[in-house]
Amino acid sequence: MTPLIGVENLHKTYGSGATACEALRGVSLDIAEGESLAIVGKSGSGKSTLMHLLALLDRPTSGTITLDGADTAALSRKELNRTRNQAFGFVFQQFFLNASASVLDNVTLPLMIAGQSARTRNTQAMAALAQLGLEDKAHNKAKDLSGGQMQRVVICRALINQPRVIFADEPTGNLDSATGATVENILFDLNREQGITLVVVTHDEDVAARCDRRIVIRDGLLWTGEQVAA
Amino acid sequence: MKPVDIVRTAFGNAFRAKLRTSLTVLAIIIGAFTLSLTNGIGTGINNYISDTVAGIGVDDVMTVTKTSERAGFDTGPAEYDPNQLAAGEGGPHGGPGPVVGLTSDDIDTIAGVEGVIRVAPVKNVSLDYVQHGNGKKYQLSLSQFAPGMRAELAAGSQIDLEAHEAQIVLPEPYLEPLGFTTADAAVGREVTLAVTNVTGAQTTTTATIVGVAAPGIVSVAGAIPNDVLLNTLFDLQSVGAAPGTADLFASASVWFDANAGDAATTALQKRLSDAGFTATTLADQLGTMTSVIDVIVMVLSGFAVIALLAASIGIVNTLYMAVQERTREVGLMKAMGLSSARVFALFSVEAVVIGLLGSALGVAAAVVVGKAASAALANSVLSAMPGLSIVAFNPLTVALVVLGVMALAFLAGTMPALRAAKQDPIASLRYE
Repeated sequence: MTPLIGVENLHKTYGSGATACEALRGVSLDIAEGESLAIVGKSGSGKSTLMHLLALLDRPTSGTITLDGADTAALSRKELNRTRNQAFGFVFQQFFLNASASVLDNVTLPLMIAGQSARTRNTQAMAALAQLGLEDKAHNKAKDLSGGQMQRVVICRALINQPRVIFADEPTGNLDSATGATVENILFDLNREQGITLVVVTHDEDVAARCDRRIVIRDGLLWTGEQVAA
Repeated sequence: MKPVDIVRTAFGNAFRAKLRTSLTVLAIIIGAFTLSLTNGIGTGINNYISDTVAGIGVDDVMTVTKTSERAGFDTGPAEYDPNQLAAGEGGPHGGPGPVVGLTSDDIDTIAGVEGVIRVAPVKNVSLDYVQHGNGKKYQLSLSQFAPGMRAELAAGSQIDLEAHEAQIVLPEPYLEPLGFTTADAAVGREVTLAVTNVTGAQTTTTATIVGVAAPGIVSVAGAIPNDVLLNTLFDLQSVGAAPGTADLFASASVWFDANAGDAATTALQKRLSDAGFTATTLADQLGTMTSVIDVIVMVLSGFAVIALLAASIGIVNTLYMAVQERTREVGLMKAMGLSSARVFALFSVEAVVIGLLGSALGVAAAVVVGKAASAALANSVLSAMPGLSIVAFNPLTVALVVLGVMALAFLAGTMPALRAAKQDPIASLRYE
């Protein structure tokens, strides 16, 4: 079966000449549709770089990334934008909400970028907010929410375009353990119940342990030593 | 992202930093206000000139003079022509230097040119003085009137050119010196006019005052005689002249079909020129006047444009700050699939919104202030020039100012917008 995302001998070098920095030095892995994958590693190990490449936010120096078996290097800028807009959802540690805009406007951003009408956007946003119990906050400003509520709004925003993959970069990094656990539960529920593939970059051992699979990145390489030593 | 969403978002973004945007908008308001006001003054004065055009000529008459060889730096001195008139007698439109007069034969030649409907010689009369009763004598010049012309009157009626008795319209400033208490008191009274003939003897004739001309910036400078008075004065002035030289006219008025279009008028001027004459239409004469005003307005507008350029640097600054502030937001939107072109559009439209607000408010302020100022001035300083509204607004010019400022704002916005468009989403998301 073709993996959803296939990675083959991925290299990524930042800079050039004497100051060149090799962030990834030949990583290969497959991500199956519907699985949850934890990418674990120390800071500077290259795990964020790997996620950015998987999410098509950046192009590798060498190596291939396939999506549904098709080489993404062949995609035009426009097709890359459309793929990220329609197939991916993003959850970042720092939320990246527009503080002065309403919750509704924040959540509908991906649909507005996609060019949907205001009516469709609002209907879908209300459904996504209801799913996470935030429908009464729709018209509040984002800055008036608590940290846990903000991260739930971010998840709503990632969900609204019904993505195939959600990329989460330290999703619970800024939350206390109780709210962190709630957010975790939401993400894993989405993975289990809606079959959305989950790719989580994390330091958090608990989050990594709940994933179907975890990979460890060390010095730009996939570390195949004993799995518990992260 | 749909265009309507881009505009809506840009509008909202423009007011995220209210104070900063307001100050930038204020700078544009000042520039747009000044530009609209200087244009308004130009429009006001030019409107006044065209409204009072009937006072200085009618548009189907051109003034024809004999083309003279002027001494130029490269053509050498002009040959003497026995028909040249002495310097200073060049008539209303002759420049400095001698002007070659038109003979009766020339008048016939002009009448024969294709397109000329009627030709009449302009008889130039130099008055010695004007006198009322036994009062003091004052110098006075005469202006020529063609049928259809109209003077701004303070009292009385327009001159009847075809009347059988000698009539005159006097300029208002002559009333008090001549001993009239009011303009109405002067109407119907008689004044004495004196000319010196060729032999050097002074003779006088009388004329009835039918009207008093109000002063205006472009209206006639001297008194207006009717045909009977003019012919009488011209004949008195020509007494003793050698045969043939009496009928020497500085210029002639030529009537033509003004409705035939500019091309026909130009063709007629060309034909007259080929025949050795110089023809000037009212449009030509007005053109010099309006072009002087246009140049003044252009210089003033230049200053306003400089103010606008300075304001547009404010737009550049404001947008650079906005791009800086929204680095992560832009990164996020790009990560979510927003194209660079749309990011560019988002910031350019924001610049245009600032330009639109500033110019619309500036133009509106200029209209309000301009109307108030011209109303106030018309009742005080400019009350001597009825009909002059010093500031007038032409919808097309106003629209051009608004559109021009929007275009300028767009240009100012391109640099910051390009920076935003070029941002790398990953670097932007890491930006602290």
